[in-house]
Amino acid sequence: MQMSAVAESKAGFKEGLRAGISIAVGYLPVALTFGLLAKTTGLTVIEAVLMSVLVFAGAAQYISLSLIAGGAGAAIIIFNTFIVNIRHFLMSASLNEKMEPETRMKKAVYAFGLTDETFTVIATKEGKSTTGFAFGVMLIAYGSWVINTGIGHLIGASLPSFLQQAMSIALYAMFIGLLVPSAKKDLKVVYLAGLAAALNSLFVLTGLLNTGWAIAAASLLSAVVVEAAGRLRKGAGLL
Amino acid sequence: MSMIWIIVGMAIVTYIPRVLPLTVLEGKELPPFLQGVLKNIPYAVLGALIFPGILLIQPENILFGVIGAAAAFILAAIGADVMLVVLGSIVVLSVYMLIG
Repeated sequence: MQMSAVAESKAGFKEGLRAGISIAVGYLPVALTFGLLAKTTGLTVIEAVLMSVLVFAGAAQYISLSLIAGGAGAAIIIFNTFIVNIRHFLMSASLNEKMEPETRMKKAVYAFGLTDETFTVIATKEGKSTTGFAFGVMLIAYGSWVINTGIGHLIGASLPSFLQQAMSIALYAMFIGLLVPSAKKDLKVVYLAGLAAALNSLFVLTGLLNTGWAIAAASLLSAVVVEAAGRLRKGAGLL
Repeated sequence: MSMIWIIVGMAIVTYIPRVLPLTVLEGKELPPFLQGVLKNIPYAVLGALIFPGILLIQPENILFGVIGAAAAFILAAIGADVMLVVLGSIVVLSVYMLIG
């Protein structure tokens, strides 16, 4: 019994590593560029890599660089980081419904690896996601992020420009690759993604909300509206 | 030294929203409506992460995003696996950058 649980968890881990490869590819140009920008902003290679090691949050790290370059103080930089990453609160709550039961200690460890990308891969997997799977996805994504930050700082724009630009599609292509199969199976997925995309476009293009808040607000509103509409139609009531 | 403290501060405020719900909600049964909403979140998040971001990868050249999006959608729609969708879109845009 114990043995089979260990074997199952190991298989989950390997499966997670495989599922995380597309994130690792997608992070490559983003992390290289972050390393390069960190260098031009005046961070040492140790500081740049340390930020990727400890923070592991692309958008927040990029914003911190522009704030550092603009001479902002520590409090402003840290507050902005918090605001940008508040959206992960919603993803963490959602992931909790998806994950197998686990000790709080292990959940506290893998919670560190929650990013937009690891969340989408783990949360759209069929059935419950295991702790091993989450660790696998997160480890390969994290490795790519940290290592490529260092490489970016050390060798700068090492890839030819056309390839760097072409690779900027990678993370978006991955999101589409995750969404379309689910959308083909269930019309509800189309409503959820379509409404969230429309609301997010509205918030961002009108300048009403910044990116971090816009993604959180659009996703939550869409999830609530579609859930409420579905329940009212089935006559299930809201509670 | 002060850069190190900024990084530590950033790390703490990034970890809090990631860790709180996963650990605090462990073993708690939420009302069905709320469970439903949380299960919807991944698909809604995907929609919001894709649009409008994909069209604005190169804000001065919307066509770049349109071609990338079309390539990814077509590959995914014909059943290519996620990795193939990613690599295929990169190849299509590489060709576009080289000949465009």
